[in-house]
Amino acid sequence: MSNTDTGAERSSDATTQPDATAAAHPASRQEAARLGDWLSRAARWDAARARVARIGRGARDVDDAAATLEDYGAVARDLAIARRLAPRSRAREFLEDTYARLHAEIHRPAWQPRHALRQLLREELPATVRALRPHLAWVTALFVLAALCGAWLVTRHPGLVALFASDEMIATVERGELWTDSLLNVMPSAVLSVQILTNNIVVSLFAYVLGFLFGLGTFYIIGLNGLMLGGVFAFTAQHGLEGRLFEFIVAHGVVELSCICLSGAAGAAVGEALARPGLETRAAAFAAATRRTGPLMLAVTLLLLGCGFIEGYVSPNPDMPLLTRLVVGFGYFALMVALLRGWLSGASRGGDRTRR
Amino acid sequence: MNGGDELRIDSATGVEVALPVAGAGGRAFAFLVDWHIRVALALAWYGAGALLHSYATRGTPQLEAPFDPGVGWFLGVIAPTALIYFAYHPLLEVLMRGRTPGKRYAGLRIVTRDGRTPGTGALLVRNVFRLVDSFPGLYCVGLVATLLTRQAVRVGDLAAGTVLVYERDAAASAPRWALAAPTSPRFAGLELAAELENRWPDLAPEKRAGLARDLLRRLGSAEPELATADDASLRRRLGAQLAAAGTGVGIDAGVTR
Repeated sequence: MSNTDTGAERSSDATTQPDATAAAHPASRQEAARLGDWLSRAARWDAARARVARIGRGARDVDDAAATLEDYGAVARDLAIARRLAPRSRAREFLEDTYARLHAEIHRPAWQPRHALRQLLREELPATVRALRPHLAWVTALFVLAALCGAWLVTRHPGLVALFASDEMIATVERGELWTDSLLNVMPSAVLSVQILTNNIVVSLFAYVLGFLFGLGTFYIIGLNGLMLGGVFAFTAQHGLEGRLFEFIVAHGVVELSCICLSGAAGAAVGEALARPGLETRAAAFAAATRRTGPLMLAVTLLLLGCGFIEGYVSPNPDMPLLTRLVVGFGYFALMVALLRGWLSGASRGGDRTRR
Repeated sequence: MNGGDELRIDSATGVEVALPVAGAGGRAFAFLVDWHIRVALALAWYGAGALLHSYATRGTPQLEAPFDPGVGWFLGVIAPTALIYFAYHPLLEVLMRGRTPGKRYAGLRIVTRDGRTPGTGALLVRNVFRLVDSFPGLYCVGLVATLLTRQAVRVGDLAAGTVLVYERDAAASAPRWALAAPTSPRFAGLELAAELENRWPDLAPEKRAGLARDLLRRLGSAEPELATADDASLRRRLGAQLAAAGTGVGIDAGVTR
């Protein structure tokens, strides 16, 4: 390609007398034909843009969809020409934008929420949990170890309970009462539920996202929660209240503590991806790990919503017998296991073994 | 594939898609717009809810929280206000396919690293990691991350595999005069002429007349009366140039493909 100055000079006359120029030379006729071709493409780009906008707004027309696929190739070809011939022009910008819109729309995944939900519950969630078994085992071990440490510390050095409990809580237990006894007198169950579930979800999300610090943040959250649980239990045991604390916790705590450990396992997997990315870059391994563990965190959040309501309505209710609490606690745990293994959505128990 | 401040993505056609990446400034601008919108929405809910609640329970509309707030106050006023504030980004990003009102105003949208519209999972992960990005306050971690990373992404974007890109402010319809002959040596002049034509009413008469004369000469007009042509005549001549280009007649020079 070359552009000539003489062309520019000739065009000066052409612009003042366009009709005359078009007929002046054979070369001009050839160029006019070429320009006609360009003009017809310009109209097509307008149409392509309108079509892709319609599809983007949710229109479902098969002809539009088929034409958009053709537009994609045509615009790509003309964009390649524009990049070469007029790289700093508005025409190129227009084509870049049109092409990017076509690309995004053509590659947009289909919106099939029912199918996506079934896929999530039946395949993705069980697969995630299977993949996280080692992490879950280690995180649970850390949690239990931290709880034992907390209990040992408070048993050996009772003053250290001030690290895990507020002065008000300590004073209440020393009076022979539990701070949970008067919960429903202070606030209604609905309010209590929302506050508790919000707090639990925030803690579990923190346990997850702090895996970003190569897993150290996750270990800190898990360890701290274990220490607190062990320490508080040991403190109540010193005042003969451990049975009542267990009674309070059992309905919601089984799933709640499991969820904290599951979040920790997901966070540990994120941390491991950053610490040991393998053949991928750290950024790619990080993104892959969050993509893999995302479904689990969604399930954990939903399970914690249930825990919040149990903790607001069942746990502080003094009229609720222990047996009911045990049934609620372990029944909800069984539901959680069924959800995480995909049994609720019809995944077979044998399928798991076959895949392994 | 990265290309400076552009996200360049291979496509099935063999022609790369180039998306200009938004920097810290663009992101901050969009965030501030969104922040104002969500604060306004949350305050509006709180105000309306508080007035209705106090009117229903105490008989007088008041904005102050009741001394003894009940379930109705908490679930009808406080919880929805908090929900509006905290669910604004995840909800709207999912519903608006990677955009929010603030991003749309700033001309931004979220895409995956291969230029696609991100799925719900990626958008939720991106928002969960706001807990890290907002640490210890005022989005410090996120801001530092956008300044340090090549594609100006925050931790949430790294986690979700997303990038914030500009949607080009391209013309709504194809600039025919330019598309007609990008190989013409008059091409750049025509672009400027179209720009001048668009901005004609906003420019001072003497400025636009000077620019028009320069451009018309650059486009090859050698008429002696150009120097004395009045404002309306100059605009008419510019229009004639663009009209000629728009029909493809008159841009016959220099096309040697």
